[in-house]
Amino acid sequence: MKIAVCVSHVPDTATKINIGSDGKKIDPTGVTYIINPYDEFAVEEALKTKEKFGGETVAICVGDDAVKETLRKALAMGIDNAVLLKDSIYRDSISIAKALADEIKNQNADLVFFGKQSVDYDNSITGQLTAELLGYNCVTVVVGFQLEGNKIIAEREVEGGKEIVETSLPAVITAQKGLNEPRYASLKGIMAAKKKVIEEKPLPPAENYVEIIAMKKPAPKQPGKIIGTDSSAVPELVRLLHEEAKVI
Amino acid sequence: MQRFAGVDYFDIESLLNEDEKMVRNSVREFVDVEIIPIIEKHYRENSFPMHIVPKLGELGLFGITLPQKYGCAEMNNVAYGLVMQELERGDSGVRSFVSVQSSLVMYPIFTFGSDEQKDYWLPKLASGEKIGCFGLTEPDFGSNPGGMVTRAEKVSGGYKLNGAKMWITNGTLADVAVVWAKLDGEIHGFLVEKGMPGFSAPEMKGKHSLKASVTSELIFQDVVIPEKNILPGSKGLKSPLMCLNQARYGIAWGVVGSMMECYNTALNYAKSRVQFGKPIAAYQMTQEKLVYMLNEITKSQLLNLQLGRLKDLGKVKHTQISMAKRNNCEKALEVARMSREILGANGILDEYPVMRHSANLESVKTYEGTHEMHTLIIGEDITGFSAFE
Ligand SMILES: Cc1cc2nc3c(=O)[nH]c(=O)nc-3n(C[C@H](O)[C@H](O)[C@H](O)COP(=O)(O)OP(=O)(O)OC[C@H]3O[C@@H](n4cnc5c(N)ncnc54)[C@H](O)[C@@H]3O)c2cc1C
Ligand SMILES: Cc1cc2nc3c(=O)[nH]c(=O)nc-3n(C[C@H](O)[C@H](O)[C@H](O)COP(=O)(O)OP(=O)(O)OC[C@H]3O[C@@H](n4cnc5c(N)ncnc54)[C@H](O)[C@@H]3O)c2cc1C
Repeated sequence: MKIAVCVSHVPDTATKINIGSDGKKIDPTGVTYIINPYDEFAVEEALKTKEKFGGETVAICVGDDAVKETLRKALAMGIDNAVLLKDSIYRDSISIAKALADEIKNQNADLVFFGKQSVDYDNSITGQLTAELLGYNCVTVVVGFQLEGNKIIAEREVEGGKEIVETSLPAVITAQKGLNEPRYASLKGIMAAKKKVIEEKPLPPAENYVEIIAMKKPAPKQPGKIIGTDSSAVPELVRLLHEEAKVI
Repeated sequence: MQRFAGVDYFDIESLLNEDEKMVRNSVREFVDVEIIPIIEKHYRENSFPMHIVPKLGELGLFGITLPQKYGCAEMNNVAYGLVMQELERGDSGVRSFVSVQSSLVMYPIFTFGSDEQKDYWLPKLASGEKIGCFGLTEPDFGSNPGGMVTRAEKVSGGYKLNGAKMWITNGTLADVAVVWAKLDGEIHGFLVEKGMPGFSAPEMKGKHSLKASVTSELIFQDVVIPEKNILPGSKGLKSPLMCLNQARYGIAWGVVGSMMECYNTALNYAKSRVQFGKPIAAYQMTQEKLVYMLNEITKSQLLNLQLGRLKDLGKVKHTQISMAKRNNCEKALEVARMSREILGANGILDEYPVMRHSANLESVKTYEGTHEMHTLIIGEDITGFSAFE
């Protein structure tokens, strides 16, 4: 079995983001990048599946040379091969999904893991689009995954509970926190990853449907209001929550 | 969970290579997830978190500079230093465990051991399946280990050991002790295994420092060890001192982790703690402290990195290691105490890590050569006069 994991390279959630001078991109100076946290669950599930059933794993990422760091991390965790679909311009989700789908076809992968969303643009859609382009089954926001022959039993997170679904290979699975405990890249893994080559492939020009016209920072948080320090303040608190904040 | 973002005022990051950064990040994450949440409880209960030992082994943190054929990562000394730095950000006791296992047990077995000893012990120590300790200090011989009275005598089929060691990290936990003793007046290393008749390793109680680390006595009463358990390549005081050089190097890096944790805690606290209507970070005296801390961290980082690069080139002098150990431990203790001051009364609580680091660093400043001894080692180097012998 060939298992693919699609990973993205995103700003560390702890980094302070500034908008670039063109107003359309973030300013990368001083920003540390990490593997998208949800993709770590995807990598772990790919590794566990391989350890159980054998096969080969490949990590795929669209981006420039900088994203190699994230591919190296996937390799250090234990992924066998890595492909960089090289490009340095903005691509919307569909354009990325097309590039990934072509490569997945090329790799002959029948099981594909994604993170449920990438924490940079938060579109939560690349996995689904890729599945559609490939004609694969797709289960999203997965917190439990079992493979029996060709059959997949997956647990999904839904509002207030869980949903158990059944589907079959070939399939795209998007991973949610809770699916597993991602392993740390071990020192031996890091040394082994050094010997692996990241295969670089050029991409045709992007055909974007969506264009970013502006990026804006959220309005600064308003300071809190103290309306009292004992129970006599409760009626006023309830009134404000109801009438001003409109949350109850 | 908050990811630790590091303290790096001089873009020292740009001086690290890809592997070094990856190792640092992996251990940093491990410390955030596996050590910081549990360490205060162990500290309070005077216990070492044994459950992390297999995880440390799996990550590959024992003996990381040794060859891959023994199950080690075979990385450079800068990577080793960064690992120590991240571990000590968690706790000096956890770093001590890894220092001892790597620099004071695996290193001497690798350097002075027979092939049989290496093949048997190194893979098991690398995985954490076996634990080791290093017995040099004695009740009456600390800074002056050459005066040791523990002795070995040749008997048929092996050696008989008599004497006692004190202040031995991991002693009670260890499956194997690297013990330094005099044979016909000359110091040699011996491997003493747990359970050998006449050997006991009671834990020392009552520590106010390094409480999440086990410290023990080693007692030898007519302990007969087989011939094959002498470290054949060891000879004279130089051998244990070579081990100490490895460990001191790791300590110089390690304490930077403590400093980073204390500085970060103080900075965040000072920005949010309001007194007299303003955050205390807005007062000049607090800023002076914070700047001092950051400045000392930056100097220590640069000292370490150059020390590591020299070590990787095989050009490092033991007096340079002494300088880094001496400087960084002293500054780390100052930084921890300043951080405690900035936190006011909260600084003494175990809700914050600073008092624990401060108490730990008292030991770290003393072990592996006290501050004074390192001063005198460098003093002798630059003047040509020994002021301690
Ligand atoms: C928690 C902990 C763990 C330890 N783990 C280990 C271990 O795993 N293995 C091991 O072998 N040892 C270990 N040690 C022992 C440590 O290395 C010794 O404590 C250290 O070498 C100092 O020896 P001492 O405590 O006997 O102090 P002493 O040597 O008695 O020194 C007392 C004071 O006198 C000063 N002094 C001594 N000689 C001179 C001189 N000539 N001129 C000026 N000042 C001098 C010292 O600097 C110090 O301030 C550990 C210690 C601690 C606290
Ligand atoms: C064990 C213990 C027992 C105690 N017992 C008592 C008791 O019995 N009764 C009682 O009333 N209190 C008691 N205290 C409280 C003690 O008096 C306070 O901790 C002390 O006054 C400092 O206040 P704080 O801890 O809130 O620190 P903060 O006032 O928050 O100060 C934090 C830091 O900011 C600095 N700082 C504050 N303002 C300025 C400024 N304007 N310029 C420059 N620096 C500034 C401080 O010097 C300190 O370094 C006790 C404290 C402890 C630790």
